[in-house]
Order: sequence, then C-alpha cells, then structure tokens
Amino acid sequence: MDRNELEAEVLDMLEDICDDEAVREERDIDLFAAGLLDSLAAIEVLVEIEERFDVDIAPTAVERTEMNTVNKIIEQIAVRL
Amino acid sequence: MGFYTSPSFFVALAAAVVPAAVLGFTERRIKYYGFAASCVMVGLLFAGSPAGAAAFAVFLAVAFTSMRATLGSWKSGRKSMAVYRASLAATVAPLVIYKVGAVFDANLLGFIGISYLTFKAVQVLIEIRDGLIDDLGVVDYLYFLTFFATFTSGPIDRSRRFREDADRRFSRSEYADLFSRGVLFLLAGAVSQLVLATIAQTALDPSATAQLAGVPAVISIPGPAPVRVIARAYVYALYLFFDFAGYSLMAVGASYCFGIATPQNFRAPFAALDMKDFWNRWHITLSTWLRDFVFMRFVRMASKRKLFSSRLHTACTAYMVDMVLMGAWHGLTLDYLAYGLYHGVLLALTEVYQKRSAFYKRNKRKRWYRVLSWFVTMQLVVIGFALFSGQLTHIIERIIHG
Repeated sequence: MDRNELEAEVLDMLEDICDDEAVREERDIDLFAAGLLDSLAAIEVLVEIEERFDVDIAPTAVERTEMNTVNKIIEQIAVRL
Repeated sequence: MGFYTSPSFFVALAAAVVPAAVLGFTERRIKYYGFAASCVMVGLLFAGSPAGAAAFAVFLAVAFTSMRATLGSWKSGRKSMAVYRASLAATVAPLVIYKVGAVFDANLLGFIGISYLTFKAVQVLIEIRDGLIDDLGVVDYLYFLTFFATFTSGPIDRSRRFREDADRRFSRSEYADLFSRGVLFLLAGAVSQLVLATIAQTALDPSATAQLAGVPAVISIPGPAPVRVIARAYVYALYLFFDFAGYSLMAVGASYCFGIATPQNFRAPFAALDMKDFWNRWHITLSTWLRDFVFMRFVRMASKRKLFSSRLHTACTAYMVDMVLMGAWHGLTLDYLAYGLYHGVLLALTEVYQKRSAFYKRNKRKRWYRVLSWFVTMQLVVIGFALFSGQLTHIIERIIHG
C-alpha cells in the first residue's frame, strides 16, 4: 500500500466514523476539539485501523495528542505498516 | 500510623523528604533513596497490623510472580494467552476474595491499599500483553507498586509514566519547580482535608469530631424534616470532595518532592456541565483507568464480534459495565452497587441524549442551556453521593417499614 492509497483509505474510514465530510478538508485540525471525534469514536478508529490495515494499536499505546488530527492518524498507521 | 491523617505521619514525611530534596537539588537521581524511603514508610503503615502485613506480602508475591510469568512468555515470543489470563486472574484474586469476604464480615487477604495496588498491577499485565512494556526490573516494579505517597488511596499512576519520572535526573531549576509545587499541594491539600472537610464533617455529625465553635449542625436547621435531609446531602457532597480532593492533593504534593509527577485526581468537579464531564473531573485517575482498561476493551471486543446492532447500544452497555464494576470495586454492598448502576444508567442516558436529541445539538452552546445543564448535573451528582453514603437507602428503608 503506497502513501496515496493509505491516505485515501484513512479519509474514507474517518468520514464513515465521524459521519461528516469535513474531515477531508482540514487535515490538521484537532478532531476532538472540533467535535468530530469523542472517546467512543476514538476506539472505533482503533478497531477500524486493525480491520482495514491489519495494524494493532493498543488503547494506551498512543497519547490522544499524538492522534488527534487526520495527518497524525495517517502517520501513526504509516510507522506501523 | 495512618497516612495523611495521623500527626506521626507528617513528622515521618517531613523527615523522609529532606534527603529526597538534597538529592533533587544536587541534581542526583532520587529513585533508589525513594524506594528505600517507601519501604520504611510502608513498614510503619503496617507496624501495628501483622495480618495486614502478611496479606500485603502475599499480594506482592502473587503480583510479582504473575508479572514475571507474563513478561517471560511475551519476551520469549510464545505470547501465551493462557499464561496472561492465569496471571490476570491470580493478580485480581486477592481483591476479589477480600471483597467477597467483606460481605460475610470476614477479613480475608485484606490490607490497606489493596484496591489501588491491584489497579496498578493489572495495568502492568495488560500493557505487557499489548506489547507496551517489554522490560521491567524488580526495583522498578516494586517501587511503582509500593510508592508510599500514593499507597493507600491513589491517585492511580501508570507504570511507564512513573518509571520515566523515577529514572530522571532533574536539573536544579526543574527540581526546584517540582519541589515548590509539591510543598504548595501539600499545604493546600492539608487545608482542604484537615480544615474544610473537618468543618463539613462537624456540621454532619457534631459528635464525630472535636467540637468546632461556630459550625452550625445540619440537625439543628429549623423547618420540616426534608429540609434537613436535603441539606445533609449537599453538605455530605462537600465533605466528600474536600476530604478526598485534599488527600489526593497531599499525595500528589508528596510525590512531587520525590520527583514523581503523579497525575492530579480532581479538576473542579462541581463545575461539570454533564455527567460525562463530571467523570472527567472527579477521581480522574480511577475513571481514566476504567476508560482505558475496561470501557475501551469492552467496546473493542463488542465491535469486533458485532455483539450489538448499533454503536449506541455498544456504548450504553459499555458505560453500564464500566460503572457497575466501579461500584463493585468500592464494595459488594447494596449502596455501592446501586451507586455504580445509577452512574452507568446516567452515562448511558447522557450518551443517547447527546447523540439523538436535536434539541441538545441546537442549544448546547447557548448560555442558558449550559447553566441549566450544570444545575441538573449538580443535583444528579448530589443524589449519587446520597446513594454512596447510604443516606438514600436508609430513607427508602424507613418509608418501606413505616
């Protein structure tokens, strides 16, 4: 999976979980502050990442501040692929 | 010697802090002295209680053996889930036996601090399984578990965070900053617990504490009986907050003096705007522990196996599991279980309301809505504490039995 495929897949995933197209536009906004993610949706992100990318991120492995924007989520998956 | 309550503790604490401060200000590592001081302090804690000391030793032996077994299995690459599950069961067993024994008025394997030590030992096991802890020395493990400042009642620290702090060598200015904040927290906590909580306690029960002149007793408030019942519930909520938040602040302050930045346990809980917000502000290290190791794991398991038809169902069930466990952890009594169930239901209802209500989405940022939401939340919180204290079940019993 190259970088473009990864990014496209993450955007699809987040749009699905947040139920909002806004995630596609601003890739560096804090998704929690913007009300697009809450702690429940954050777990779904982890579950979906495991299913779509076969990347296992434990709930306490990453601080929320390291996974609160679209770009940071992409990065966290990329370093584990 | 009661931690943070008896005068002898504060004398011992002051004496123990001096060498820690000397090490800190001379830019040396405090860890090994801190571990030795913790052993002495915990020794003093159990000095008058051989049964407690024995139960503590049993717990340490079981937890340590379990940790080593799981770590060994993960390090070797076998990663045996059977070993992990057996270790988890063995580590939790003393607490479960103690809590079940308490139902029958028997003290089995109990010692002061058992709940908090269990939380910490379980966190280590789970994070070994998650691959987040791949090495843990004997001193590192024992220092984390038995660190005296947070031994009896938390806050519940995390092992990786604790170890990072313990291994640090602070620069003089860094330590001076930590130390001065630590002393400030100790003083503020002492005022909260020893002064404010005592005043509230005197108002609730003038016979329980030394008479404080000028503190009105709840029982002597004029008017019909329900007024006193309601006043008692509010004063109890204040008492609980000043007592526990004061204790927690002192525990954080003492930790800072030893170079350990233990996380805070309270953040203005009476400013919460809804019940989810309340649990982000009250006994924070307990609710985040439950969030990370119960709520999230449950949601992950349920979503993977598709146990529920919708996201909302999953969330509501997870809140119930989370909070009922919290209640059971306080004790297997009607009052505590009802307290857990009550908060589980409230959190589930909050979740449904916030996800489904157009009214909420339209008004949530408006000032009048926030004031109203805060007011309702505070009443729900006070009712919860009345359940916790047994006041509510006492009233219901009286109604039932006339």
